[in-house]
Amino acid sequence: MSEILESTEIGRPMVRQDGPAKVRGLAPYAYEQPVQDPLHLHPVQSTIALGCIVSIDTSAAEALPGVVAVLTHENAPRLANTDDAELAVLQGHEVGFRGQFIGAVLAESPEVARQAAAAVVVDYEAEEHDADFRADHPQLTEPNAATADTFDGDVDTALRAAAHTVEATYTTPAEHNNPMEPHTTIALWDERGLTLYDSTQGPHPVRQTIAPVFGLQPDQVHVIAPHIGGGFGSKGLPHANVVLTALAAQRSGGRPVKLALTRQQMFTVAGYRTPTIQQVRLGADDDGRLSAVAMDAVEQTSKIKEFTEESGQPARMMYATPNRQVTQRLARLDIPVPSWMRAPGKCPGMFGPEVAMDEIAEACALDPIELRVRNEPESDPETGKPYSSRRLLDCLAEGAKRFGWDRRNARPGQRVQGRWRVGLGVAASTYPFLRQFSEAKVSYSADGTYAVHIGAADLGTGAWTALTQIAADALGVSAHRIRLEIGDTALPVASVAGGSSGTASWGAAIIAAADEFLAKFGVEPDPGAEVQTAAPRDSAQKEYAMHSFGAQFAEVCVNVDTGEVRVPRMLGVFSAGRIINAGTARSQFIGGMSMGIGMALHEQSVMDARFGSFVNHDFAEYHVPANADIADVDAVWLDEVDPLAGPLGARGIGEIGIVGAAAAVANATYNATGIRVRDLPLTPDKFL
Amino acid sequence: MIPFDYQRADDADSAVATVTGHPQAQFLGGGTNLVDHMKLGVADPELLVDISRLPLDEVTELDDGGLRIGATVRNSDLAAHPLIRRRYPVLAEALLAGASGQLRNMATTGGNLLQRTRCVYFQDVTMACNKREPGSGCAALEGYTRYHAILGASDGCVAVHPSDMAVAMAALDATVVVLGAAGERRIPLAEFHRLPGSEPQRDTVLEHGELITAVDLPASTPRRQAYRKVRDRASYAFALVSVAAVVKVDAAEGEPCITDARIALGGVAHKPWRASRAEETLSGAAPSVESFRRAAEAELEQADPLGDNGFKIPMVRNTMVAVLADLTGVEPEAVA
Ligand SMILES: Cc1cc2nc3c(=O)[nH]c(=O)nc-3n(C[C@H](O)[C@H](O)[C@H](O)COP(=O)(O)OP(=O)(O)OC[C@H]3O[C@@H](n4cnc5c(N)ncnc54)[C@H](O)[C@@H]3O)c2cc1C
Ligand code: SF4
Repeated sequence: MSEILESTEIGRPMVRQDGPAKVRGLAPYAYEQPVQDPLHLHPVQSTIALGCIVSIDTSAAEALPGVVAVLTHENAPRLANTDDAELAVLQGHEVGFRGQFIGAVLAESPEVARQAAAAVVVDYEAEEHDADFRADHPQLTEPNAATADTFDGDVDTALRAAAHTVEATYTTPAEHNNPMEPHTTIALWDERGLTLYDSTQGPHPVRQTIAPVFGLQPDQVHVIAPHIGGGFGSKGLPHANVVLTALAAQRSGGRPVKLALTRQQMFTVAGYRTPTIQQVRLGADDDGRLSAVAMDAVEQTSKIKEFTEESGQPARMMYATPNRQVTQRLARLDIPVPSWMRAPGKCPGMFGPEVAMDEIAEACALDPIELRVRNEPESDPETGKPYSSRRLLDCLAEGAKRFGWDRRNARPGQRVQGRWRVGLGVAASTYPFLRQFSEAKVSYSADGTYAVHIGAADLGTGAWTALTQIAADALGVSAHRIRLEIGDTALPVASVAGGSSGTASWGAAIIAAADEFLAKFGVEPDPGAEVQTAAPRDSAQKEYAMHSFGAQFAEVCVNVDTGEVRVPRMLGVFSAGRIINAGTARSQFIGGMSMGIGMALHEQSVMDARFGSFVNHDFAEYHVPANADIADVDAVWLDEVDPLAGPLGARGIGEIGIVGAAAAVANATYNATGIRVRDLPLTPDKFL
Repeated sequence: MIPFDYQRADDADSAVATVTGHPQAQFLGGGTNLVDHMKLGVADPELLVDISRLPLDEVTELDDGGLRIGATVRNSDLAAHPLIRRRYPVLAEALLAGASGQLRNMATTGGNLLQRTRCVYFQDVTMACNKREPGSGCAALEGYTRYHAILGASDGCVAVHPSDMAVAMAALDATVVVLGAAGERRIPLAEFHRLPGSEPQRDTVLEHGELITAVDLPASTPRRQAYRKVRDRASYAFALVSVAAVVKVDAAEGEPCITDARIALGGVAHKPWRASRAEETLSGAAPSVESFRRAAEAELEQADPLGDNGFKIPMVRNTMVAVLADLTGVEPEAVA
């Protein structure tokens, strides 16, 4: 257990340090970084899902004034490493999914580049593709890089003997991350190597991934990303767009090359959440104690690269039961490569089971909160380890009190207001604690300020602010004496802003550097005094099960005539360890919950399997919540510090807000209408 | 986007002459639809004639008591206009149910009428689409059809017209005033948009070069008016279905009876759909949930849903009944 940092600045809702620059338009995002005389890139994308390119005619494109070069697999520079097929752009004539990059135009303006890209004529030899995701796909396979199937006891026997059972199939659709800022990159080669201004969740991870692709040493790749307009996981690792830009910049005569993906392109090359088909089976005795939990999930991945969404994971650890089975299968299809999206695994994986819990509560004639009380495990069901903290029941109790849960009528379809049926729903929420390797540097200058350097990334989450607060408390000075620098590989190595691990990982590194600095130089250091160090590893992660928990409450109205669903009220209560900044933390929680409302009601990437294409690929057709969809969304947290979660005592908050939100809304629609919808999103047609 | 020339029109006649004389020329209103299409490659005009600054930006009273809406009046201004709000609330409601505040500030009356379908295959030049490229086929027919037609479609095209404003105007018996090389002509709104038939590339009966100068609204319009739009999110989404209704109830003989019912449906067809069968059924009927349902069902008998959109039939029925009940003060069916 590490010593917990005392807080003065920590916990305050300090205003965003980057706010003034952002509202004045002075915070440079990747595409806006001032560079000399840039060229613009526009990709050419495949229009078949599987096959190869027979010929590619670039003459019309090249003839356009302003076109500098048209890159194809025939003339593109070779990459040093093509092991990752997603990143191996323009290295061969094969096509593995529709929309894959098969060429790119370098031109003097983005408009000419786009025009020329449309003028490239491609002749294909198409093969029969398979983009049809289905649970009875003939070649479902086990994931290679994910938790293997787990079996405890005997689920089938237990289900046969159970007093109450629920066996149902739940589905979640493909969803696209869709941050406001598209994926953008500026690439520049010079004698030192490659410079990338990139919209990324991790400058150092980009360097680590990109360097070997181009046969470079990591220190030959310089990644700069001070401000990012959201990522939700889609910028967690570089996608093909980054490689394409760097590749094209090898043919630009030393000029910088800029690429901003269009919204439509973001639906093919920037990752997305796989659809899931979840077969959930629960058995319970008359008291509502679970005798069996089974979760058999099917997901899709791209044949060119495996990605496994670990949606089985929550079913392994949420509730106590002697008999448990969790399996995951993948349908390998000729489709774009799925990737991380906010709370990968946990988010879709809590939909089926948490709705099934609502169903079995009803079967047992128990309140869904009481059902969860009766199935609270003593130790982590997955590993048997003790919890560092598990306060799910506190969250449920606190939420029930604040939300007015006692006003819920257990019988569905009883509350009517005008032409609307009204219902309440609840679901649990969880997200694991993760801390990753990071380093930080602290130095003192003559003006009395401390420079704190770490290569972290602020996606808009508030890292600029939270890390300033942490540094201030770690050094025992007020926040205005901290000069934080983040978002650059020239700074000490930092882990990705992902897995809700950023603040804990980077904060621990800053605390370690500050501790060492104070030990070495005291509180009156000489100008120039400097320390760089990594956070010590933490043994607690090995000995304890460490997860955050939460309870999500939703009130919904479903229109009697039209089936429209509205969410007038939602409350999340979270136990996430120490909260560093009350303002930015609240934004993370309610942001996650709002995205959860989107998942519940709207989001759905429609795959037309005939073409292997997500056809509703823009913001007019792919719906995320608009202002009118988000009414009273509130989040609170238990006042706590997790003494085992590193020196900050904070477990991370970026993702838990979305987990369980869709299940709470779905459960509320059932309470309102008596119609149990098990397939997201909860669109009006499903309630007619 | 393909390079193009841009001209600002000085007056309506010369704008018409310029576009008529150039097969690849197009008028530019607010640009909120056309410019998107140029970026996507769906439209590739060589010349844009910008008519947005022509003096067609006023709402004026006509001698017969009707109202003339200039073609370049912005959607936001039209929705806020006191005469529209007072006399034609169905139109104000429809406008405000469309797009977003920013888009409505740009969008013009003429451009709104001529906005093109949101069919996802139409908007993707890598897909077969008879509307975009006659004879290439219709990718939607066997594809994603949640937003597509249930009425009046053809094998060649199953798209819907996306405008909310036009649906209200159809229910108001509006007239489109058009200036062509040969002079002015007046087209009833209900006949302005076409069904796809074998020529889905033609959305309307306009000829190339004809300019919409105004939309006229008739004088005597019943005051009971409403627009109800059902969509996949609470705002800023195209209609799944919508209902515009204008009704008159007379109680002269003691029992109230419907003497005038004008109903138009959105999101169901290649054009704003005047529900004439429903109107006939309602004519002279006593307002009741029962008669409203009969009217809706009479209209929907002709419906022919596609793979994904069978839900539109109950959705239209229920919405029509709810709107009419609300307008006529009839107690809706009790919620069981
Ligand atoms: C994201 C998004 C959401 C939207 N949601 C909705 C919605 O919910 N409901 C809805 O109804 N609409 C919606 N719209 C569409 C919007 O209403 C239209 O884009 C707008 O009304 C078009 O008007 P405009 O003046 O910008 O037309 P432009 O784009 O300028 O022109 C459209 C067409 O009309 C022609 N044209 C323009 N004016 C004239 C004229 N006077 N005479 C002859 N031809 C002319 C042009 O040549 C062009 O072919 C949405 C649009 C977007 C982008
Ligand atoms: S429905 Fe009409 S617009 Fe859509 S693809 Fe078919 S022809 Fe084109």
